[in-house]
Order: sequence, then C-alpha cells, then structure tokens
Amino acid sequence: MGAYILKRLVSAVPVLLGITVIVFLIMAMIPGDPATAILGSYATPENVEKLNRDLGLDAPLVQRYFIWLGNVIVGDFGRSYSLNRPVLDEILERFSATLILAGVSFVLCAVLGILAGVVSAARQYGLADKAITFAVLIGISVPSFFLGMMMILLFAVNLRWLPVSGMYAIYGGGDLPDLLRHLIMPASALSVVATGVVARLSRSAMLEVLRQDYIRTARAKGVPERRVIMGHALRAAMVSIIPVLGIQAGFVLSGAVYIEMVFQWPGIGRMLVDAILKRDILLVQGGVVFVAACYVLFNIMVDVAQSLLDPRIKT
Amino acid sequence: MNLTHLTRRGLLAAVTGFAMALGVTSTPVKAQTPSDVLIVGQIAEPKSLDPAAVTAVNDFRILVNVYEGLTRYKSGTLEVEPGLAESWEISDDGTEYTFKLRSGVKFHDGTDFNAEAVKFNFDRMLDENHPQHDTGPFPLAFFFSAVKETTVVDPTTVKFTLNEPYAPFLSNLAYPTGLMVSPEAVKANGKEFGRNPVGTGPFKFGEWKSNERVVVTRNDDYWGDKAGTEAVVFRPITDANTRVAEMLAGGIDLMVEVPPTSLSQFQGDGFNLAEQAGPHVWFLILNAKEGPFADKRVRQAANYAINKDAIVNDVLEGTAEVAAGPTPPAFAWAYNSTLKAYPHDPDKARALLKEAGAEGAELTFFVTEGGSGMLDPVAMGTAIQADLAAVGLKVNIETYEWNTFLGEVNPGLEGKADMAEMAWMTNDPDTLPYLALRSGAWPDKGGFNSGYYANPEVDKLLEAARTATNQDERARLYKEMQVIVQEDAPWVFVANWKQNAVTSDRVENFSLEPSFLLHLQDVVKK
Repeated sequence: MGAYILKRLVSAVPVLLGITVIVFLIMAMIPGDPATAILGSYATPENVEKLNRDLGLDAPLVQRYFIWLGNVIVGDFGRSYSLNRPVLDEILERFSATLILAGVSFVLCAVLGILAGVVSAARQYGLADKAITFAVLIGISVPSFFLGMMMILLFAVNLRWLPVSGMYAIYGGGDLPDLLRHLIMPASALSVVATGVVARLSRSAMLEVLRQDYIRTARAKGVPERRVIMGHALRAAMVSIIPVLGIQAGFVLSGAVYIEMVFQWPGIGRMLVDAILKRDILLVQGGVVFVAACYVLFNIMVDVAQSLLDPRIKT
Repeated sequence: MNLTHLTRRGLLAAVTGFAMALGVTSTPVKAQTPSDVLIVGQIAEPKSLDPAAVTAVNDFRILVNVYEGLTRYKSGTLEVEPGLAESWEISDDGTEYTFKLRSGVKFHDGTDFNAEAVKFNFDRMLDENHPQHDTGPFPLAFFFSAVKETTVVDPTTVKFTLNEPYAPFLSNLAYPTGLMVSPEAVKANGKEFGRNPVGTGPFKFGEWKSNERVVVTRNDDYWGDKAGTEAVVFRPITDANTRVAEMLAGGIDLMVEVPPTSLSQFQGDGFNLAEQAGPHVWFLILNAKEGPFADKRVRQAANYAINKDAIVNDVLEGTAEVAAGPTPPAFAWAYNSTLKAYPHDPDKARALLKEAGAEGAELTFFVTEGGSGMLDPVAMGTAIQADLAAVGLKVNIETYEWNTFLGEVNPGLEGKADMAEMAWMTNDPDTLPYLALRSGAWPDKGGFNSGYYANPEVDKLLEAARTATNQDERARLYKEMQVIVQEDAPWVFVANWKQNAVTSDRVENFSLEPSFLLHLQDVVKK
C-alpha cells in the first residue's frame, strides 16, 4: 500500500508541472496586463511600461516562468499586486475558508444523499421513494446561486434569522456558534445539487446489490432487515458510491465559486475570480496550482479508500 | 420496519441537535450593529492603505479618513482650501510654491508632522534613489511629476520647485495621492506599511482582517474637531445584490454605489438616499482621423441622434445627468454654464448626414462589459446603437472585457473602430482635456486622445490654462475651450454620473462630496 501511494504521488508531479505551464501561458496570453488594470484610465504606454518594470514583468516569458517556478518550489509564491501581501498567506487563509464551506457541504451531501438513497432503495416505489425522488429532481434542477439568493431574501432579509453574508459577525462573534450561523445558508445551498446526485446513484447502487443472491440468502437465514440493508447491502454498494462521492467533492469545491460570490464567503473561488479580473498574475498562478495540487491529492485519497474497501482493486 | 424506525429516530436526533445548535446561536440578528460604530459596505477589498500606492476610489474612501494632505477640497465643492498647510504663496512665474504648515500636528504614532515629513513623502514617491522608494510602486506619482525639488525651509515651511508652471498642482495635492504618511512608520514597516497605515487624520487605523473588515477608530488627539463616531468598519462586499441585501437586513449602515435598479427598495422608511454629481463624464470617443467621423458634420449628427435623456432616465434610472460638454458641471468654477447640450433631433442628424454624404455609413463601435466609472456600458451601448440606426447608421458593436478594452482603445482607434465608450473621473478641470483632447496627446505621444482630435486653438487654450496661476483667468480659458470643443464634437457627450449612497436612519450628518471621496468624521450614529 505504501509503495502504491508513493507511486501515485510521484506520478502527480508531471501533472502539476503541466498545470503550471498551462496557467502561466494563459495568464501571459490573455489581453490586458496588471499595469493596465492598476492604472485604469491613466494607463498611458509610458506609465504602463514603467509600472511593468517596477513589477518585474519586463523580463522574457521563459525567464519569468523559471524564476517563478524556482521560487514556488521553495515555497515562495511571490507577492500579490492587487492585495499587496504574500500570495501564500492569502491562499492559505482563503483555502481554509473554502475547505470549511466545501467540507461541511460535502458531509451534508454524503450523509443526506446516502441516507436518502438507502431509504429509497429499501422502499422502492413506496411513498418515501417517490417523495425522495421528487425532492431530488427539484434539488438537481435549481441552480445553487439562485437558491442562495432566495435563501438570503427569505431567511436574512425578511425573517432576519440568519446573517446575509460573510463568515463571521463584523462585531462581536468570531466563535464557533457565530461561524455555524454564517455557514447554514451557504453550506445548504452548495450541497443541494450534490445531495441529489448522491441520492440517485446510491439508490441505484443499492438496488443493484439488493438483487444479489447473498442478500436473499441473508434474508432467508433470518438476518434482521436492518442488518441486511446497513450491514450487507450498503457495505457492498459503497464500492460504487465512493467514486461518486469523489466526483461530488470536486463538484462541491468548484460550485463553491458561485456560492462564495453570493454569500461573500472569503474563499479561494472568489479570490481567483477577483484576481483574474485584476490580472493579478502571481495570485492566479499560485491559487490555481494550489487548488490543483489539492485536487490531485484528493483523487489519490479516493483511489486509496476504494482499494481498501474492495480487495479486488489491485494496488 | 426496523430501518424506518432507526431512520426516524436518527432524523429526530439530528433535527433536535440542529435546533439546539441554532438555539444557542439564535441571538437576534436584528440591530446587530452597535451604536457609535458606523459600518460601511465597500465594493471591494482595499489593495493597500498607503495613499501613494493605490489608484481606486474604493481605497480612497478609507484613506481620506485616516490621512490628510497639505490641501483639501472645501466641503461640497471641488475648490481647494488649506489642510495640513495653513497657507501658501506662489512665486510670480508659477514655479515656486511655499507652504506654511500647521504646527503641533502629530501623526498617530506620536511623531511630528513637519516640513521634513513633507519632503520625505514626495521624495519617497518621486526619487528612485530614495531608501524607501522600494515601498512602491507608486502608479499615480506622475500627478507630481512637475515637482523638481522639495526643500525644507524651516520646520513649518516647505518649498516645492516645479519644472514649469503647473496650475493643477494645488488640486493634485488635495487628491488622495498627496495624503501625508508618517515617515517613521514607513521606515519601520517597509512594504507592510500599506497594512499598517499611520497618518494625521480624525481616525486612526485599528485592524485589517483580510476579506472581512478594515476598522478605524476615533483619534482622540486630533488637532481639529473630533470624529463623531467611536469607530468605522469598512466591509468589502463585492456582489452588488448581496450589498443591497446586507443594507436591507441591517448588516451595514451605509452603502455606496447603489445599483440603479435597487434604488426603489430604499425609498421607504428607515433609509435615506444621498446623491451628488461628481467630476465624471461619460462619452463616446469618435475617430476623427478616418472614416465617416473625420467629417465634423457626421460627429455633430451623432450628438443630435443619440437620445441622452432616455439614457440617463431609463437606462441609468436617473443616476446621471445629461452632459453638455467635456467638462463636468461639478467643476463649478471652470464650467461654462451657458453651454446647452445637443438636443435629441433625429431630423437634424439626418440632414447633417445627407450634407456630409454619410448616409447609411457602417460603423464599428467598441463597448466594454464594465469598468471604473463606466456605469452600465452594455445597455448604454445598445441604446446608442438603436438611436444611430434610427438615423440610418449601421453600428456594429464589439464588446470587450475592461482590461482588454483599455488595451484596444488607449493605443488609438485607427484601423480598428469608429467609436468607443469611455468615462473619466478627475480632480481638476485640466486633467481630462489636457490628456485626451490636445493634439499633443495623441496616443503615439503618450496621451489618451484615442480619436485623434486636433484643434490648434484648443491646444493653445489648454496650455495657457495650465500655466496660469490666477484661477479666474484659468476659468475663462476653460470656458472658452468648452465652447470650441462642443462645436467640434470630437466626442458624443453623454452623461455626468451622480454618485449615490444609502444610509440607515440611525446615521446622521452624512453627505456625499463632489470629489467622490467619503469623509466620515462628522457622521454620527444613534
């Protein structure tokens, strides 16, 4: 197992290098440069040239790439032009905010989704199954940012139960209950679609397993239905549910961009959008590489989890 | 059966747990903002709180409460009055400005504000060999590029020597780029000064929590009237809809740049709406070098054809006024109030087009998706396209993202387009015409005259106004320039933006300034 993990980690290196090249090239090729973005209306060719020189952007592209890469390898992501602070500080702060949001959403979608799928499958074509299927259909169809705005209108503006936006109260607060209160709306809005997907796939995975002979055997032996479902069937179905969860984790992470905009969650998705608009090259590059690295790492973790559950998958 | 049982029980437990968690946290959200602390909804996170390093109005709104400059704008106007300088004298040739500084003023770190500090501020920005020049870059340093030397005469007297007479100098000193920072704090913090700002203003810096808030607190040692609130919290809320929701829900006390379509939500009780026209002009650059707009009659026809009233009232919901010429009325002293805007007259436009033989001409129109001061550029561009179609001009719109747009427009429209949207906010009536209407400001000469307008008379007037040190004389020259430029129609003059802000009814003494800066020291919150 250790060797397998190591092999997967090593094979991730070229992927990440490829990503750095692509991001670097895209940022170099899109029209507009940081100096123009900073100077706005005052961007005379003379001012732009001087500012680009001050920002160290006058060196040739290849040279800039290797300087940057060399710095990144030793952990120096440079300094953001638009925020005037070290890129790494910003990324870590923003990424932890995104992790909290996406993490809670992921747990919500995994727990609720699997639960709904199991209930649906156990009561196929029953009332519970139909109700869940209907709810799931609606959940999958409503865009999360729209749902988010509607939630703000109802729960924050009209009922005033929950704060509109942000991660902590601006005055007082800053503790765990405060964080939870700010999390309720964005985390629910973000998890709705993923919950629907997980529920649907868990249901079909469970139905598949429930048709197997050994389930009939278990029932014939008189194993209690609860144990048949939770012990025998769900455990087997998890093998096909886990990859779905892996994909949904990625989905939740990327869906966070919209939700972060709507709820002003100080996460990395919003940071990247702002950074692209401001042509903050170093911040975009650092952010994308960091997120990509996490994504790759997460995929490896999913594969490892799967091979642990299913001995047939060779490590 | 067992399964449903468990699920129900589990569900019940989960719901109870959730409700308890909520119960712990459900202190009323209403009236969440304490009295005496003003919470301001900003449109973005500030880049830095070093006045020499920033360019955005959003950042200036914080800065002017923490720092002061040698001069400032008299409340409600764009006229310069003494700030940290008590008085000044200008030499007869207009190249030497000697300032007498207010004595006894201290920076928030306890160090003295004096002539040495003034010299430090300008040397840091302008002298590449200054030890603290590396705390930049200073993108707007060219506001003071006329300064040859700053000299300390005595602790309360400082003298600026200019390369050549430059009348906008006093007004540029009142601009946020001219705000005075504490030399000791810059030396101590280096590049981090922008996150640890120290000035002389009515508020001093409290804390900056990235993406959450910037807090400034009352400066009890302030030399003037003390601030009306204990603290001001600036919250970055980039999404306009969310900003509106926060205002409606009571999460902020004051929001600026209310989207026109949301204004109606604040008409009722509980809110006050403030409006103020500023030094802003929204116009179309016309390519006077080639194509149909090389003919003055076609440029005038465009001015007649476009229904500016409809644009400001319907597209912009009354958040702007129709512009008559190149100079915004907010520059009251320099604005020619006899100027009448081109009326909406499609018949006259058709006649002019016929006369010029430009009927049915096809035009390329650069439109941006959004950008600083651009208001609602796509909707406005579409309205303009329709108005021009009504007089028989076929307009093809090309839309660009803001930075790309600037990269296309600033180098000049030649060979690319016949017209382009543009907007400017300036602090002196000199800036925009000098940088965008002179023949010496064509893009190849480093200016912003992207439509290649040239009129020797206008060049002469602008040069004379820049070197005249007498304000009445300057005003006369600008007024004359406006008449000529309006007649020549190098642009379609469209709109002057009115900045707006909404405050909750707990906020008193708030007003907007024509400078678009946000002075909060007199504001009181119940």
